Amino acid sequence: MSADPQRGPLPAWSLPAGETDRIRIATQWPEEVTREWAWGGATGAGVRVCVLDSGVEADHPLVGGLAGAKVISLSPEGEVVVADDSEGDVVGHGTACAGIIRGLAPKVELWSVRVLGAGATGSGPVLMEGLRWAVDQGFDVVNMSLSTTKSQFAGVLHELADSAYFRRTLLVASAHNMPVESYPWRFSSVISVGSHEEEDPFTFYYNPEPPVEFFARGVNLDVAWRGGGRIRATGNSFATPHMAGICALVLSTHRELIPFQLKSVLYLTATNVGGDR
Amino acid sequence: MSEPGRLQAAVAAGVVGSDEAYRALLQSIVEVARAIFGARASSIFLLDETTDELVFEAVAGEGADTLIGTRIPSSTGIAGWVLVTRQPLVLEDVTQDPRFARDVAERTGYVPQGLMSVPLLHEERALGVLNVLDRPQQARFTLEEMDLLGMFANQAAIALDLLQRARRARALVDHNASGDTAAVARLAETIETLEDERRAAGVRLVQALDDILRGA
Repeated sequence: MSADPQRGPLPAWSLPAGETDRIRIATQWPEEVTREWAWGGATGAGVRVCVLDSGVEADHPLVGGLAGAKVISLSPEGEVVVADDSEGDVVGHGTACAGIIRGLAPKVELWSVRVLGAGATGSGPVLMEGLRWAVDQGFDVVNMSLSTTKSQFAGVLHELADSAYFRRTLLVASAHNMPVESYPWRFSSVISVGSHEEEDPFTFYYNPEPPVEFFARGVNLDVAWRGGGRIRATGNSFATPHMAGICALVLSTHRELIPFQLKSVLYLTATNVGGDR
Repeated sequence: MSEPGRLQAAVAAGVVGSDEAYRALLQSIVEVARAIFGARASSIFLLDETTDELVFEAVAGEGADTLIGTRIPSSTGIAGWVLVTRQPLVLEDVTQDPRFARDVAERTGYVPQGLMSVPLLHEERALGVLNVLDRPQQARFTLEEMDLLGMFANQAAIALDLLQRARRARALVDHNASGDTAAVARLAETIETLEDERRAAGVRLVQALDDILRGA
């Protein structure tokens, strides 16, 4: 039975007999998924990556320019304001993340969304609205080297993470190494990242004991910092942009991948799975 | 807070221990953190939610004499990032960040080279930040140290939570110094300080009062 031409095609939550052509899959997966197939020769070209952080210093040599920068704040009445950001980076941290992504995927289109500066008490809503804005823009990858412990935001963050997942926006979020509940890294719709101690930026491990799903380079890194400088740094927040950069490479090679397929590619190419092939 | 809640808080304020006792606990935590990491200094910031500022609550090593009580806005600098994003951070050679060096020098007179900063989280709240400054640079940082830092942070967060509870209870009593809650707090505090027979007599009297009031 085909769709009634008077009504247009049926919504995609059912599959009538004879309609399987409608859901034909473009990607031809090889018998063995290798890193060469996944991102061999890729530069990240055509992929839009957003760094949700402390801002990014656009003219830092390791960042190499931004396509755009926004700042999220709260008005005195508590309204969310999204404005162009000319402050650069108020800490240095966002610049470090952007520099790591650029180093792995030199041709990505980088964006900055600054969610810092509203004070600690306004941090929850600002973080959430920053993510909402990023999801609305349809970025391919959003790097979130941050989290919140406030359960009042967990529900909305969960919904945002799910809508990002179905809209092909991949959220890559830092896991927590302390005994508290925090979000959004615990959601299965995001890629959660912890640290390993090795030096190769392309070494990453799949963790068979979730909720942390991947470990990437996060210890003793030479990273970009505020004022055109560099700093040696450690933290899961630097492992996260490594996975974000690798995701950008895969997406620039295979544009059609949706988040769960991309996560499968990451699994199959992880250093402890098939990454040495 | 309801009337029974206020009275309970008042009794608690009388017996839970003074501000100084919790400060001593925080001080001990930063002293141990400094010793374990072989660092030049260690400090704890408490978030003051009413002013949205971070306040130096305990300092060991450099700055111990001068920094207690110093305030900085909660969303600036590395401590602000750690607090707001709930993510620990270890940085070495922060002097490469000229703005950081200048800001810190103006505030504290001491510019660290290396900085470990970890949020103090208790249940859903971020109460403050623990900093460990200038551990020996020759040693490569390891994830084991990060875990150790996390354990210290957990301990410091519990201490900060107790300090805040004690302060809230105390503020409630002080706010109502001539009222009934203050009288209950003073009574509890006095009995706590008594010894031997006088204490036993005091407790008997309170028990008798309790029986009468309950109609027993």
